[in-house]
Amino acid sequence: MDKPAPLVTSDSRRFWEGCQQNELLFQHCMDCNVAQFYPRTHCANCQSDNLEWQRSSGRGEVYSFSVVERPTTSAFKADVPYVIALVDMAEGYRMMMNLRHCPPDAAHIGMAVKVFFEPVEGSEWSLPQAEPAEPL
Amino acid sequence: MNAVITGASDTAVGRLEGSSCMELHAEAARGALANAGLELSEIDGVLCAYSMTQPHLMLSSVFSEYIGMQPNFSAAVQAGGATACILLMNAAALVKAGVCRHVLVVTGDNRQTGLTREAAFAALAGVGHPQYERPFGINVPASYGLVAQRYMHDYGVTSEQLAEIAVSHRKHASLHPKATMRELITVDDVLNSRMISSPLHLLDCCLISDGGAAVVVSAGDAASDSSAIPIEILGAGQHHTHEHIVAAPSLTEFGCAQSSAEAFRQAGLTPTDIDVAEIYDSFTITLLVELESIGFFKKGEAGEAAAEQQLEVGGSLPCNTHGGLLSYAHSGAAGGMFHVVEAVRQLRGQALGAQVEDARTAFVHGDGGILSAHCSLVLGRV
Repeated sequence: MDKPAPLVTSDSRRFWEGCQQNELLFQHCMDCNVAQFYPRTHCANCQSDNLEWQRSSGRGEVYSFSVVERPTTSAFKADVPYVIALVDMAEGYRMMMNLRHCPPDAAHIGMAVKVFFEPVEGSEWSLPQAEPAEPL
Repeated sequence: MNAVITGASDTAVGRLEGSSCMELHAEAARGALANAGLELSEIDGVLCAYSMTQPHLMLSSVFSEYIGMQPNFSAAVQAGGATACILLMNAAALVKAGVCRHVLVVTGDNRQTGLTREAAFAALAGVGHPQYERPFGINVPASYGLVAQRYMHDYGVTSEQLAEIAVSHRKHASLHPKATMRELITVDDVLNSRMISSPLHLLDCCLISDGGAAVVVSAGDAASDSSAIPIEILGAGQHHTHEHIVAAPSLTEFGCAQSSAEAFRQAGLTPTDIDVAEIYDSFTITLLVELESIGFFKKGEAGEAAAEQQLEVGGSLPCNTHGGLLSYAHSGAAGGMFHVVEAVRQLRGQALGAQVEDARTAFVHGDGGILSAHCSLVLGRV
């Protein structure tokens, strides 16, 4: 069983193409000045269509995390234990990523992380993933 | 005039070899009709939920055809764990508006024997976002693990306090002849059970079961058609803040605050007026955050209350008196309906297990997704 690759849609293609090129993009609303994740056709905060793609610093901190000991499906069996983290990015939006290059028991709330890109096997896409970083 | 519940019933629960989704629906429905003292021919509306083992675009039509009725109103609702309460809220609105006189509300699934464990987990993980969550190996316990980790960090909740919730539920289940898990457990049993997704252990997680449950909701002026003790739906409210945990506006404040406030407002009651609570407990943390968001306890105090046995019959807020999803059973949308059926039994003084003495008001709450969809009901003995 393969791991699920992102099911890319027209509203998200730019984001995933960015990941292919090691570039983390997010949408910024030019009307209400809010950073938006995940990508949409419009701003979910103010309903404006005036969105601009911006490049993220890739820096953030762990808002919460869970160490998965029991895999969802057999595709993730070899990965356990693995860390799922909600990361608050410096630009003010939140993403889910795995925390890599870090022992699971070292994960903690408030941990400084930076984004890198990890190809999804059997797919053309890459996932943004988090790894420990020096605190900003 | 408020809508009333005139009938409530559930099937056997747990591992029911050879059961099927429709058989469970029919058994639960016929049980609820018998309980109400109504004939199928008196029912003019049907509401159903969804099924994993017999999925269909028109489950309420499949059910009506199977049981043998031709209703004037029929629809199916899908809102995960909030479904049962939302079905009741819909049924109440239908009878209050005069669209229907008696609405049969039916749920059931053979999720334990009709699916492999892997298929059940994979189906549940399907609620994760297909682009921004599922590629990272998200599943339901991990999503609630994210909530638990943050909530424990912010409010000092401990794993021992969460374990106390599981222990209390098991105590209630041990007194209930139909409950699946009736062997008493200790805090250490919970803490020593294997970690599923930190900080949640196996015994912090709900069961996966076969079973069905149904109720009949009747117009206030139609209650006299029934021979049963009517239970009034005093208030109902919903609130929906997100679907995916990555898009949740908060991991410490949830939509149950608004849904319950509306239900209490309609009922003219407050949390302190409630005699018994049946609140969604997909995980121990689910119940804890809901008790605090709804206002039964202050932030950081529900864990202590659990440790002091305040959530048990005899305590300040007897909660999930049948054992809940943690120890009674969890069969998809029927899981939330077991809470409704238990509330009706408590209010009628007909509990099969521990009875809350002279219970006159009940609060029932369901949440779907990852604390995403919320529906609250306030019920009372007429």
